[in-house]
Amino acid sequence: MKPAPFDYLRPDSVDEAVAALRETGEDARILAGGQSLMAMLNMRLARPELVIDIGRLAPLGGIGVRGGQVEIGAGVTQAALLAWPEIGSMLPLLARALPWVGHPQTRNRGTLCGSIAHADPSSELPLCLATLGGEVVLRSTRGVRVLKADEFQTGVLETACAADELIEAVRLPIADVGTGCAFEEFGLRQGDFALVAVAVVARADAITIGIGGMADRPEARTWPMLESDALDDALNEFAWELRGGDDQHASARYRRDLVRTLGRRAVEGALSCRV
Amino acid sequence: MTGAVAPSAEGQTEPEKFDRVEDHDLLTGRARFADDLAIRADCLHAAVLRSPHAHAAIVSIDVEAALAIPGVEAVLTGADVKAWARPFVVGVKQPMEHWCVALDRVRYVGEPVAIVAARDRYLAEDALDRIVVAYEPLPVVVDPVAAMGDGAPVLHEVVGSNVVSERRFSYGAPDAAFEAAAHRVGISVRYPRNSVTPMECFVVIAEYLPAAETYDVLANFQGPFALHPVMAMALKVPGHRLRLRTPPSAGGSFGVKQGVFPYVVSIGLLARKAGRPVKWTEDRLEHLVAANSATGRVTTIEAAVTGEGAVTALRYDQTDDCGAYLRAPEPATLYRMHGNLSGAYKMRNIAVTNRVVLTNKTPSGLNRGFGGPQLYFALERLMHRIAVELGLDPLDVIRRNLVSRDAFPYRTPSGALLDSGDYAGAIALGVGRGDLDALKARQEAARAEGRLYGIGFAAVVEPSVSNMGYITTVLTPEERHKVGAKSGAQASATVSVDPMGSVTVTTASTPQGQGHATVLARVVGAVLGLPPERIVVNTELDTQKDAWSIASGNYSSRFAPAVAGAAHLAAIRLRDKLVRIAAAQLNVPTEAVRFADGKIHAEGNPDNALAFHRVAGTSHWSVHALPDGAAPALRETAFWSPPQLAPPNDADEINSSGAYGFIFDLCGIEVDRATGRVCIDRYVTTHDAGRILDRAAIDGQVRGGFSNAIGAALYEAFIYREDGSFLSGTFADYLVPTVHEVPEPLIVHQETPSPFTPLGAKGAGEGNTMSTPVCIANAVADALGISDIVLPLTPPRVAALLQGEETPSRTISMDEPSMSGTGGAVVGKGEVLLTVAPEIVWRALLDPEVLAAAVPGCRRLETVGENSFAGEADIGVGPIRGRFGGTVALLDLDPPRALTLAGAVTGPLGAGRGRGHVTLTATPEGTRLAYDYEVSVSGKVAAVGGRLLESASRVLIGRFFTGLAKRLGAPQPATTWFAKLLRWLGPRR
Repeated sequence: MKPAPFDYLRPDSVDEAVAALRETGEDARILAGGQSLMAMLNMRLARPELVIDIGRLAPLGGIGVRGGQVEIGAGVTQAALLAWPEIGSMLPLLARALPWVGHPQTRNRGTLCGSIAHADPSSELPLCLATLGGEVVLRSTRGVRVLKADEFQTGVLETACAADELIEAVRLPIADVGTGCAFEEFGLRQGDFALVAVAVVARADAITIGIGGMADRPEARTWPMLESDALDDALNEFAWELRGGDDQHASARYRRDLVRTLGRRAVEGALSCRV
Repeated sequence: MTGAVAPSAEGQTEPEKFDRVEDHDLLTGRARFADDLAIRADCLHAAVLRSPHAHAAIVSIDVEAALAIPGVEAVLTGADVKAWARPFVVGVKQPMEHWCVALDRVRYVGEPVAIVAARDRYLAEDALDRIVVAYEPLPVVVDPVAAMGDGAPVLHEVVGSNVVSERRFSYGAPDAAFEAAAHRVGISVRYPRNSVTPMECFVVIAEYLPAAETYDVLANFQGPFALHPVMAMALKVPGHRLRLRTPPSAGGSFGVKQGVFPYVVSIGLLARKAGRPVKWTEDRLEHLVAANSATGRVTTIEAAVTGEGAVTALRYDQTDDCGAYLRAPEPATLYRMHGNLSGAYKMRNIAVTNRVVLTNKTPSGLNRGFGGPQLYFALERLMHRIAVELGLDPLDVIRRNLVSRDAFPYRTPSGALLDSGDYAGAIALGVGRGDLDALKARQEAARAEGRLYGIGFAAVVEPSVSNMGYITTVLTPEERHKVGAKSGAQASATVSVDPMGSVTVTTASTPQGQGHATVLARVVGAVLGLPPERIVVNTELDTQKDAWSIASGNYSSRFAPAVAGAAHLAAIRLRDKLVRIAAAQLNVPTEAVRFADGKIHAEGNPDNALAFHRVAGTSHWSVHALPDGAAPALRETAFWSPPQLAPPNDADEINSSGAYGFIFDLCGIEVDRATGRVCIDRYVTTHDAGRILDRAAIDGQVRGGFSNAIGAALYEAFIYREDGSFLSGTFADYLVPTVHEVPEPLIVHQETPSPFTPLGAKGAGEGNTMSTPVCIANAVADALGISDIVLPLTPPRVAALLQGEETPSRTISMDEPSMSGTGGAVVGKGEVLLTVAPEIVWRALLDPEVLAAAVPGCRRLETVGENSFAGEADIGVGPIRGRFGGTVALLDLDPPRALTLAGAVTGPLGAGRGRGHVTLTATPEGTRLAYDYEVSVSGKVAAVGGRLLESASRVLIGRFFTGLAKRLGAPQPATTWFAKLLRWLGPRR
């Protein structure tokens, strides 16, 4: 479990980082917290020629509030975000989801943007991005573009981030007054990848529900307010739409059952905590 | 010594608070583990190339490109091994061969195929990527029952069958008892393959000394040292030319590090080939794939039972799945428990059929509980079934059948001599302290609310101090006569005094973290009147210098009953010599010499005293002052073996262990209807391990064994797909419970000293791995009212027992095939719409240039025959990417309607094989290309990425066909099944 040879660059600026990305293209990988990349390097599942360590780039380390959004830089660790004083009021869904992400030790290193870049279909943070309808800010030497969550993650471990682009930040909408949210997850052990995770944001007249662990990427839907049978029916249809996969841990049927159970629990939870 | 020893209940005492002498170094990072030890500057580092195939012939191995890397010094392959070594000796009379590196065939995923020695581990792993092995895959069998069937692939053709041992035994008159029985109750169970995965993986540092023709090896091997002769014979040297040393500290073993031994041989050979020392540190992926596994077992067990629930006979049919090779000491898993097949019960009639079967899986070996989890899962599930089928209270069925207190020492039908016990007393203690009545009330209340609450019990006899002769029970009496009877369990310990009169203890117990040094200091200190902190215990072992024997090592819970006993005996011998010297110096008779508080004094006159070190130093400094005829008191080594450990007799009766403790577990669990999660409400475990030497140490062992058992019961199993690929290569896939998942058990002790061991102690290191999985299984059976319980009881598995019909969708019909988790292959299908006619698509499919453009990441593709191609591609999903070489052939051509694509690839990430059937249908717009496929993937990528295999396969295959569509000029949007789904969902977003 030793990586194949690679060059290591610790740029002094974001410009230097994206210049290096442009030069090396597909054979470069960005290292932030390293909680996914290092394991892949050590197992030689990934063999980049160049690893660009952005961990010490101060401009990427901030959490800012602009125009109804919270912008979280690529260097912000999950632990730092969880400790951000405004998280409960501005990003209540993240406040509920982050404790499910790995363990305190991995959250101390792992970043929000890194998890979203890795795009594991079972991960909590891409699910939050999809459910909240956030945005991903991509920088390259060509400039900056901003992708909607739905445009960003394209499949299993795959995103629309081009080879020369760096995820500079993720933007998440600030929770509106009168909304409630909930996060439910079922994994086999504390801190494991979710078999199924459900994120819900409930507004006055609609609910948005996102499901992770089922399809190739998290999927979110917005429904009008549904009464109990209609909610069960909608969850059932959603579960079937997403199908879920069979693997050594659980069957697709089990995952669909979790969507029905956790989905209802999450919707009820979100409705009950609207303020 | 005969008759029962009066028990004394000491369950109420609190553990003593004291520091273990080991803890300071362990907790401050100063402990020296094998990987921490200094190595010579010229030491090379090894990496092992492992088979990605579960079963394949090795056609060729090309190591040239690997050796061309600067810093890569040597590569060991089967050819070297064949020249310099021998296969390992096997415990049954079969001609099959097991070499430390595969010769011409691999039989499990992870089997060593070559080992590289390089300047550092990075280079060594680079070299692995450059070794080219041509394999010819062979049919695979992973299920032990299937492996016995006609037409199953045979792993060792020289044997001609996968059943390498079958023996039948009969004790008493089982047939008559079954005929006379009012009831017969039977159950079939399987015990899964799992492992107690130590924190520290394997380490071997080896050097070959050509002048001395000696292999000098340091390894975190844990015994049994009966394997030392096995290693020496494989290396073709006499025992004293394999010097094996163990490190000061080890990070757990639980039996698993027995599995280091093949690497002692292979790394030794590699060091010989390289002409330099070589170090190998196993990584976690290697460990999970290939280190070791508990033996899987299929058991059918039946009881003859009276109307009142008294069991009069048992009939066992046991089949052990030992993996691809019968690696020593297997098939010991079957025979370690042979003497105590009757468990805690008094039935006198037992019939047994034991079979050993080989399958394409990692060889099994020592694992905490060794044989106990497998045996008791069957026996105690049966006792529970008897209660259910006869409408009796399960606890009453247990109690009715117990060996009674006045029967000890009790000879079981199959030959064990149960040394002591008060089983009914321990159960009463556990039921009382655990407040079973309160638990029953909770169950009643929960059930009244419609909740699924169950109570389970298990009563087990926990054997310790294995008889080194028990394994020969696998041979017939005639075979045993030929090879010579084996017996005993030699434990050793040495107590020395140095010129300053300070005391050092050494043993051959190779501790793995249990605290042997702490306990030995107390045991020896108590004999010599010294506080424990004045005793130094060194547990490193050197086979060229130290006292050891074949039973040495850290297994079969032998420390407290045997090793501590041997240390006690050695200390007494030293003390008796010191008594003569001290008597002369104190001028009192020897009977009046007393040892206390660091002094040696005259009885009744503490002022007539000498400092211990003064007397102890006499034999070094003042030999003239020794009393006439007195031997110097310098160093005493005691070997101790329980005299009751005889070889198996001609009736196949075997006293398989030296001491037998008792455990009674009870628990209350609740099953969550929504998720199938088993939640432990209360767990009570009552132990009688004879005299307790150290309450904190024994409680630590109970907690550790309990944690392992929670893993076995609810979380852990090595998972193989039917194609032999291994899916549990990381701790995200092999689910070891953590502090979040393991509840705190209530631990209750009863002490019924063993009359057979020097200190009255019995082993206690393994017990809960034997009792807890089945106790939880019984509780779940009780909660759900079912009989067929399969471990581990994961939420999805339990939910499958609860779930009814699934609510169908109103709009989507689901006929998608699926890989069904652990089936043979990933299967799927899809389609693409093309704007050209089928004839054009057909020509494109047969055109290597078009194929090359469509294969994702294709680097080259050459025609090697009619419609058959070879090439190389970089294949992957997202950041995961690997280079694969492979072949593709087009078969069953039905132009321009259908064909089959068959391909195979291998690369450093693993091996894959696939088959796809393609049909072309003319449409008004052009062609509909539909495909279905099956893909099987093994090796690293399956071991660490099983969770994503299905979707990754779908993505890659979809990419091939959409690539083809693109190449054909005017692609329609891909309409794979998934894309259709997304489109269907689209308008609702």
